[in-house]
Amino acid sequence: MLSLLIWLPILGGALVLAAGERSQGATARWLALGTGVVVFLLSSVLYFGFEIGTSAMQFVERVAWVPAFDVYYYLGVDGISTPLILLTTFATVLVIIAGWEVIQYKQTQYLAAFLIMEGLMVGVFSALDAILFYVFWEAMLVPMFLIIGIWGGPNRIYATIKFFLYTFMGSVLMLVALIYLRYQTDSFGILDFHGTALALSEQILIFLAFLVAFAVKVPMWPVHTWLPDAHVEAPTGGSVILAAIMLKIGAYGFLRFSLPITPAASMELAWLLIALSLIAVVYIGLVAIVQEDMKKLIAYSSVAHMGFVTLGFFVIFDIFAHTNGTESGGGSAVMALEGGVVQMISHGFVSAALFLCVGVLYDRAHSRLIKDYGGVANRMPIFAAFFVLFAMANVGLPGTSGFVGEFMVILASLQGNFWYAALAALTLILGAAYTLWLIKRVVYGEVANAQVAALTDLNAREFIVLGVLAGAVLLLGIWPAPLIEVMAPSLQHLLQQVIATP
Amino acid sequence: MEIVYLTITLAPLLGAITVGLFGHRLGRQRSHRVTIAAVSLSCLLSLFVLSRFVWGGLEPYNGTVYTWAVAGGLHMEIGFLIDPLSALMMAVVTFVSLMVHIYTIGYMHEDPGYQRFFSYINLFTFAMLMLVMANNFLQLFFGWEAVGLVSYLLIGFWFTRESAIFANLKAFLINRIGDMGFLLGIALLLAYFGSLDYQQVFAAAQTQPAQMITVLPGLNWSVITFACILLFIGAMGKSAQIPLHVWLPDSMEGPTPISALIHAATMVTAGIFMVARMSPLFELSDTALSVVLIFGAMTAFFMGLVGLVQNDIKRVIAYSTLSQLGYMFVALGVSAYAVGIFHLMTHAFFKALLFLAAGAVIVALHHEQDMRKMGNLRRYLPITHFTMLMGTLALVAAPLFSGYYSKDLIIEAAHEAHRAGATLAYWLVLLSVYVTALYSFRLYFLVFWGKERIDPHAKEHMAHLPRYVLRAMEWPLILLAIPSVVIGYLTVEPLVFGGFFGQALFVAEPHDVLHEIGQSFHGSWSFAMHAVEGPALYIALAGFLTAWFFYMLRPKLLPSIRDRFAVFYIILLRKYGFDELYIDGIAASSKSVARLLWQVGDARLIDGVMVNGTARAIGRFAAVIRGLQTGYLYHYAFVMILGLLVLLTWFVGGWRGWFI
Repeated sequence: MLSLLIWLPILGGALVLAAGERSQGATARWLALGTGVVVFLLSSVLYFGFEIGTSAMQFVERVAWVPAFDVYYYLGVDGISTPLILLTTFATVLVIIAGWEVIQYKQTQYLAAFLIMEGLMVGVFSALDAILFYVFWEAMLVPMFLIIGIWGGPNRIYATIKFFLYTFMGSVLMLVALIYLRYQTDSFGILDFHGTALALSEQILIFLAFLVAFAVKVPMWPVHTWLPDAHVEAPTGGSVILAAIMLKIGAYGFLRFSLPITPAASMELAWLLIALSLIAVVYIGLVAIVQEDMKKLIAYSSVAHMGFVTLGFFVIFDIFAHTNGTESGGGSAVMALEGGVVQMISHGFVSAALFLCVGVLYDRAHSRLIKDYGGVANRMPIFAAFFVLFAMANVGLPGTSGFVGEFMVILASLQGNFWYAALAALTLILGAAYTLWLIKRVVYGEVANAQVAALTDLNAREFIVLGVLAGAVLLLGIWPAPLIEVMAPSLQHLLQQVIATP
Repeated sequence: MEIVYLTITLAPLLGAITVGLFGHRLGRQRSHRVTIAAVSLSCLLSLFVLSRFVWGGLEPYNGTVYTWAVAGGLHMEIGFLIDPLSALMMAVVTFVSLMVHIYTIGYMHEDPGYQRFFSYINLFTFAMLMLVMANNFLQLFFGWEAVGLVSYLLIGFWFTRESAIFANLKAFLINRIGDMGFLLGIALLLAYFGSLDYQQVFAAAQTQPAQMITVLPGLNWSVITFACILLFIGAMGKSAQIPLHVWLPDSMEGPTPISALIHAATMVTAGIFMVARMSPLFELSDTALSVVLIFGAMTAFFMGLVGLVQNDIKRVIAYSTLSQLGYMFVALGVSAYAVGIFHLMTHAFFKALLFLAAGAVIVALHHEQDMRKMGNLRRYLPITHFTMLMGTLALVAAPLFSGYYSKDLIIEAAHEAHRAGATLAYWLVLLSVYVTALYSFRLYFLVFWGKERIDPHAKEHMAHLPRYVLRAMEWPLILLAIPSVVIGYLTVEPLVFGGFFGQALFVAEPHDVLHEIGQSFHGSWSFAMHAVEGPALYIALAGFLTAWFFYMLRPKLLPSIRDRFAVFYIILLRKYGFDELYIDGIAASSKSVARLLWQVGDARLIDGVMVNGTARAIGRFAAVIRGLQTGYLYHYAFVMILGLLVLLTWFVGGWRGWFI
């Protein structure tokens, strides 16, 4: 099943390339959309066939791959990866639809790149063998490198090389750590790494190696500066995948590697991660206010929102220290983890939607600068309604998905330390300031110039894409229980692992 | 009854969705019919529920609608708590909302955003009902933020006006400052009392009221006091108390029906309602109640003063609202919760009436809001004039009018109370009576009496106003004027002294000032007659006479008075400088800090030194190394031969033992 989800899109991508060679456009487009939709529908099997209430890996596949080095082709999902895989297949369909008429230059290659990337990302989330994980992790960079480098904006070469080197630099250290773990455990199985007895000094080195890799991906302050550049130069679809999925892979790494493999080091260095997360929330929140480029603003807002994810993951130690391991303390620690994961999913929807909104404007007026707009609501009322809705989700208004994760992380982190919660809660003000000031300058006001006056409202294709996202954002906000239910046992199990090893 | 409660909340939500999505296809008339039908249904059912509490002996209902999420063993739910307090709020909210819906047909008759407006006010009704019907903090916060959202959308309803979209952003941000405190308060209660459910939190707080929290090393505060103050910060945002009041006067940029519904009668009272709802918590903390008391009293007096110098008719009423909200907090601060809610109710009627009457004047004069361009309007708008007079009398607490009962009880309660700050509060609210009478009658005389200063164009417009427009606006005025006059007389006894609220409001025995006042209460009529004995009546009369003297008898004296007290006049005109502090001070300096972080922190340090610096360093290093690779074959051959020689020497030497 998981193999199908990985290889079907890659095969589809290859077919799209082949079809694009012969017929121009149409066949390739429909083929790409067909593949995307089929993969999404197949992935829903993961959700409906998922056995809730267990933290064991499900849909497991295990075949020897390179027996000489004990490398297996080993796949499986739990409650943490399943929602992320669904998010991946969902976002890919939207990206294909969003690129339908917009991308003129080498469209088949564009669509193929996204399909191939989809397969690789599913691979990252389902790999249970360290080497397999590493292969997917690195391979994923290639299509994104091409997407930014070929279909990007004027400064795309700088951005794409910065993106590649930044993320590559991190992953090399991770590889070293993985190989070291192989010699400690005689296996490349990620699950075998969990709970390995390691000295604290070893753990700290491994933790730091992982940290570099994952912190760049999330991205955490101060290794976040590739993100605004990459987003600004990337085409809309590239930004969507980058924000919705790729950033989540770093956070996923913390859950799959750092916390369970090096729990003592995580506890030792939790203060650092919490500090970096809070800096992301406050510092980046402030920086976002003064951005002049819409995509940069949303990129910075992404960094701030991801700060909540890492805060939720690493505040658990403080919660335990503060509540002396009572049952309610354990509950709050789970809540922090759950809040972090919910925030990942929610941010996937909201940032994707916001980048698509900017894309809608960019396709018409060819500018991302805030000052080139004003009074868009006069010409595009339907678009304005969507944009305001997604802005409110970004602000974390209850009833939208953006609220759920932030709420849970703030509630839980107050049990660790009042000031963590207080600083994190500053996002209520900062998030509202940068998002709604953007809305004020772009959407509201008198029609600012002739370009705005010439804008036309959403077409059916754009309406479908934004409408589907709006539905997702509201559904998750009004009833997050089904999502949390899926992830809860796995996170509970993770917490047990982390706390059990002193 | 569950089905009734669900219908009450869902009817306006469905109305809002229907008209919001299909308003253009439905057209104007069907849109307002759908939304008004929805609110009427809610209103009728709410009145039914209230009546069952009054006469039917209905038991309070506390139940779950659905489980929102289970996180770490904590059940977060959407659920209703229907007791006399929420039932009264539901009735007030839906009734005023219904009046405003009807009025809107007239007020917005020319507006292109007609359907959108109806959709928003229906949505507001839903959000406000969710807030007052909540049985837990999650839903309370949901309603709290949702009314904020609708307020944002409605202040910025005319989104092409720069002032409107500035005001709505300001309102949202200031509210968010309050919400931050509110959210932290909720989180603190959860951390120490382990629940988000009202009843469970109250019960847990009763059993362990003395818990302490270490805020800073060495600084320990009582959890309950700290949590109550945080919650009150939320209330200060929503109910616009000093220093978070600055958004409310600016919110007058929204259409007038909104000013009446959201920014006077209902949403801004959410803070009052919340504190009353949390009475079992606040009762445990004298400190928190003193804070509430002092902020309320300050707002009541100082904001009333600002109302004296405003020329925009809506802004005068807005400052009056601030001041009256301050009164309500004073009542809460002296543990007279029932009186606070009582004043909330009477104020909802008469303030909605005042705003809607002002709106009728504004529409009649073709959107003129400057009182200096009005005068003598009683000739042209007799019904508006009469109802406005009723509202004004209620506001200044003329005996027998509704406002008299609620406000006089607040003053007496402040007088009787022994809480820290109560004496200060008593004098401030007493002085505020003078201020209230002065600005109220200033407005009344400037608008309806005196010389006609109306723009000829506006006068022309007034003559050609469609008949249905006036009718749609006058009916709600009349329907609101009736309770504004009589509701106090009819309900003071059961609401305040009759124990109507039962368990919904909790007052600790030693704090119960109402009990003492109740000893000397012998019916509504005698309570009104009692007014001649207290100072408040004469103070109000003095205010009336001052207004009459300066605005009717000797208007020419005003400029010289203004010059003599120029300093005070300018301070009031500048509204004590809060706006300057927030906009030019805090907002501007945050922006410069942000720019510094961005351009120095991100661009220069991280990108410039670390990222591109590393790249440059590697580049330089490579440039040096590159020198070795000349591309000339003979250079490479030479190096190879050299290398071979070295290696040979090494091997041969090792073999022959040269290096030993």
